[in-house]
Amino acid sequence: MTVRITVDRSTCQGYGQCVYEAGDLFHLDDDSISVAAADVAEDRRADAERAADVCPMQAITVE
Amino acid sequence: MGGAVIIGAGLGGLRTAESLRGSGYDGPITIVGDEPHLPYSRPPLSKEALAGGVDIAALEFRRRPALDDVTWLLGLSAVSSDLAARTVTLSDGAVLAFDGLVVASGIRPRRLPIPGPALGRHLLRTADDAEQVRAGLVAGAHVVIMGAGFIGCETAATARTLGAEVTIVALDDEPMIRPLGADLGAGMRHRHEVHGVHFHLGRTIDSFNGDGRVESVSLSDGTELPATLVIEAVGSVANTEWLDGNGLDLSDGLLVDSGMRVSTDLAPVVAVGDVARHPNALFGGPPRRIEHWNMPTETGRRAGQTLAALLGGQPPSDEPFTAMPSFWSDQYDHKLQSFGMPGNASRIAVAQGDVDGPCVVEYHDDSGLVGVVGIDRTPDLVPYRKALLARGSDSG
Repeated sequence: MTVRITVDRSTCQGYGQCVYEAGDLFHLDDDSISVAAADVAEDRRADAERAADVCPMQAITVE
Repeated sequence: MGGAVIIGAGLGGLRTAESLRGSGYDGPITIVGDEPHLPYSRPPLSKEALAGGVDIAALEFRRRPALDDVTWLLGLSAVSSDLAARTVTLSDGAVLAFDGLVVASGIRPRRLPIPGPALGRHLLRTADDAEQVRAGLVAGAHVVIMGAGFIGCETAATARTLGAEVTIVALDDEPMIRPLGADLGAGMRHRHEVHGVHFHLGRTIDSFNGDGRVESVSLSDGTELPATLVIEAVGSVANTEWLDGNGLDLSDGLLVDSGMRVSTDLAPVVAVGDVARHPNALFGGPPRRIEHWNMPTETGRRAGQTLAALLGGQPPSDEPFTAMPSFWSDQYDHKLQSFGMPGNASRIAVAQGDVDGPCVVEYHDDSGLVGVVGIDRTPDLVPYRKALLARGSDSG
């Protein structure tokens, strides 16, 4: 089972809070928009959800 | 009703409820909020939502399925409490019984007693406040902002971007001087001045003038400024009056221990978020209220664990509380990020760049690095955040 992380690019404002929270799951691209890792292992779900929680724009979905 | 009663439906209340459930508490949870809205994200209120419109559905935090059975009492505030009787009285007269109480009642903007008409004066704390301010932020409006903290400066940037004339009046020598220090504060002032914001620093507003609504403001140096919209952003007051009479330490918010527990034998009580004055083993020193973005989440997580233990008849963890205070700000196209407690520093050093451009600024005290602020240098802050987190392992 894998965890799918998606970032809504139209909502993300590039604050980078997800990068600080889980730097191996997110990075900012050249437009300062967050890009999430592709599907990750189930044992990373809690880290992904923490990153989603700290997003002030609520732009991150973890499925 | 009993169970866990959470006073405050902001981020701290929400995170505490999640943590209660995550810690195995399966009894009733009631969350009381004085706004009509479910928990939502406030930081955009001075930025995106102020510029583009307040869409409360987009601002709402996701509510996890574990909270589906929470009872929400919205549009109501707590007016008094009796911890010995384990009851809270709400603004509609209802008396709510609890087994465990979560104080998440937050803060409100400070109001200064300044004479003059009230119409045209605004605060910026809630979504409804932002709607009202937004209505007045039109091209050609004369906006006077009282206070040069983050909310005042972010609002200034947004208002200027929308075409309003903007003046900031503040007693401080530079904007955001307490967290940033004078040099970086001056750098931020320069960024605003480039965009046409005017500053009257070291000044206060003596009076609001106008016939029924504010038309101008008079400053302490005699200057009179036209004003179609005034925003008061001069700090905050903790919402603790409803706890009076219970023998609690309410001298600046509500004092808690490292588990967010309130010292009282009367009932299990925890406090979270902006209202909680808590210790932090990463930085030592006296307990503090920290109005930073991530603190409701950090304190809520711990408080939920503590209250779940207490309600389950178990001793709560006595581990130290070690959370990294973190905030960011967005002004024009500049992104400012802070970690740690820069306001505690006795020595400030620019480590990369200069304060008028992209930069990283270090904040030190006798114990070493206590904070870092970066402007438009997001990736460069990652090692600093790690170094600050390592303070915990070094000292303990």
